[in-house]
Amino acid sequence: MSFLMDSVIMFTSQVFFFGFGWLFFMRQLFKDYEVRQYVVQVVFSITFAFSCTMFELIIFEILGALETSSRYFHWKFNLYVILLVLIFVVPFYIGYFVVSNIRLLQRQKLLFACVVWFTFMYFFWKLGDPFPILSPKHGILSIEQLISRVGVIGVTLMALLSGFGAVNCPYTYMSYFLRNVTESDILALERRLLQTMDMIVSKKKRIAMTRRQMYQRGEDQNKQTGFWGMIKSVTSSPTGSENLSLIQQEVDALEELSRQLFLETVDLQATKERIEYSKTFQGKYFNFLGYFFSIYCVWKIFMATINIVFDRVGKTDPVTRGIEITVNYLGIQFDVKFWSQHISFILVGIIIVTSIRGLLITLTKFFYAISSSKSSNVIVLVLAQIMGMYFVSSVLLMRMSMPLEYRSIVTEVLGELQFNFYHRWFDVIFLVSALSSILFLYLAHKQAPEKHMTP
Amino acid sequence: MASLDRVKVLVLGDSGVGKSSLVHLLCQNQVLGNPSWTVGCSVDVRVHDYKEGTPEEKTYYIELWDVGGSVGCASSLKNTRAVFYNSVNGIVLVHDLTNKKSSQNLYRWSLEALNKDSSPTGVIVSNGDYDREQFADSSVPLLLIGTKFDQIPENKRNDVLTRTAFLSEDFNAEEINLDCTNQRYFAAGTSNAVKLSRFFDKVREKRYFTRDPSQMTGFTERKRFNFKSLHYD
Repeated sequence: MSFLMDSVIMFTSQVFFFGFGWLFFMRQLFKDYEVRQYVVQVVFSITFAFSCTMFELIIFEILGALETSSRYFHWKFNLYVILLVLIFVVPFYIGYFVVSNIRLLQRQKLLFACVVWFTFMYFFWKLGDPFPILSPKHGILSIEQLISRVGVIGVTLMALLSGFGAVNCPYTYMSYFLRNVTESDILALERRLLQTMDMIVSKKKRIAMTRRQMYQRGEDQNKQTGFWGMIKSVTSSPTGSENLSLIQQEVDALEELSRQLFLETVDLQATKERIEYSKTFQGKYFNFLGYFFSIYCVWKIFMATINIVFDRVGKTDPVTRGIEITVNYLGIQFDVKFWSQHISFILVGIIIVTSIRGLLITLTKFFYAISSSKSSNVIVLVLAQIMGMYFVSSVLLMRMSMPLEYRSIVTEVLGELQFNFYHRWFDVIFLVSALSSILFLYLAHKQAPEKHMTP
Repeated sequence: MASLDRVKVLVLGDSGVGKSSLVHLLCQNQVLGNPSWTVGCSVDVRVHDYKEGTPEEKTYYIELWDVGGSVGCASSLKNTRAVFYNSVNGIVLVHDLTNKKSSQNLYRWSLEALNKDSSPTGVIVSNGDYDREQFADSSVPLLLIGTKFDQIPENKRNDVLTRTAFLSEDFNAEEINLDCTNQRYFAAGTSNAVKLSRFFDKVREKRYFTRDPSQMTGFTERKRFNFKSLHYD
């Protein structure tokens, strides 16, 4: 009967997570759009619910809640469901919605969606070849094949986001990097923008008047019918249309200029707001945090380099390490078993919560930036896919942060994957991402200020 | 010299409702073939015959300022957009008939544009609440346009039309429902064309009769202005 009890507990928590995902979707992601295809919302919430359940199972593992056998069963069940969703359901729907946006392929939507899905599966399978992730004794249809590939994609994403985040965080927090923007800079730029708009307007008025006069005079430059019409148009080109095309070119150039001026003004306004924010108490607090994070970021890059250069994979997790240090060097004696359980629970809990929160915030920002009313469905599904893969691979990597006795279930459930490979891969991608973000931010920072600062 | 006689009409609405297609249709009498994102603001000019058909017929330019973006965007974007809201003579509110949110957002759009105009200090006062009285005595004429009419199935049309009727009552404005990819909605003589013409007439009247009450000098100046060849540089 305890199995039934445990299942009920798991099920209620899944429903709870599902509701949270649903609300998040409605309130945050889709607050400016209308949800017309509820299947998108359902798929997103399901992915979120099953990913969070995995984290919950890790917590239960550490706390020792629920029966071991039911925990094991739920691990397996959860894993199968989430792999099913990530590999079959979400890509199929992505293909379906992409195809429905293209007008040409409206007739055979299902057929083309299946074609897209098969292409996805092909590339997904090919992904496993260059990586030494499997031992040869695995069959072709085993669960390890799928998890290993999902793990590769997810770990790459995690490392990219971590690398960029580690560099971007101090850059945005610290006010040292803020360019100095004054009110007069903004006003000058706005004046230029309005002047450009005025010039566009006057040129367009000219075009409109000329067109109207030509129309009234009966000239119609499009229709020069017949052979004689062609000869006539060669010899006596109406000056009206020549002027028109010239003015039209000027208008196009001015419009491009106005767009650029608009974007620069937006940039300056944003910088001015950040300067004002940095003078507040909150701003100062974040500035201080920024210094702290920059040190952390440098340390992480250093550690990643060391790991790669010396081919070192950490054998012990930070919790046991910390306890060893305190016991051996500082001479403080305490109940290792008791404390290791609680500390790892807290540590893992913090990691889980911050990574979920960080991912949801990043997804929301990303979604606002690139979505439109046509593509919102596709983008949300892509984000659901990323989220699922991210969470699966965090479970994979989190194994390293847990003491040995808790690692066993993860190892047992996920099968014999080469976990060391994933850590090495994470370090490599993290290093690449962090270094290229530094380069990118440096270039962006250098290029901006010279354009329109008051001398 | 040019700024004295400009008639400026804003075209506001959410991203993707069809403002650029609408403006192109109104100004060029052609359907826009490849609509793309509007960055910043794009302006176009419509030649309008004021009081068409009467002996007092005059030709004026109406500037249609198509401002891009969404209501819920960053405040830096909103502050920059506010630059375009100066001295506005009329507002065209555009919403997508297939998307209810775009109709609801129109309240916020109109607040954003009107509040900027009435408070010269540039402070945008918008707590999100909508006050009908603001529109009753506001001096800026409004026009409500619903797009993508052809994409609504026949059985839903009545519901949509009742909904838009409520909207137009709230804004105290005329409403037009159309499909921007079809020129026949604004063909001469249709009720849509008449409503549009009336709106632009109203805009021009409000513009000129509040600025110079003495009509005589105003008319002769404008006569010279419009029918000679125009030199702006």
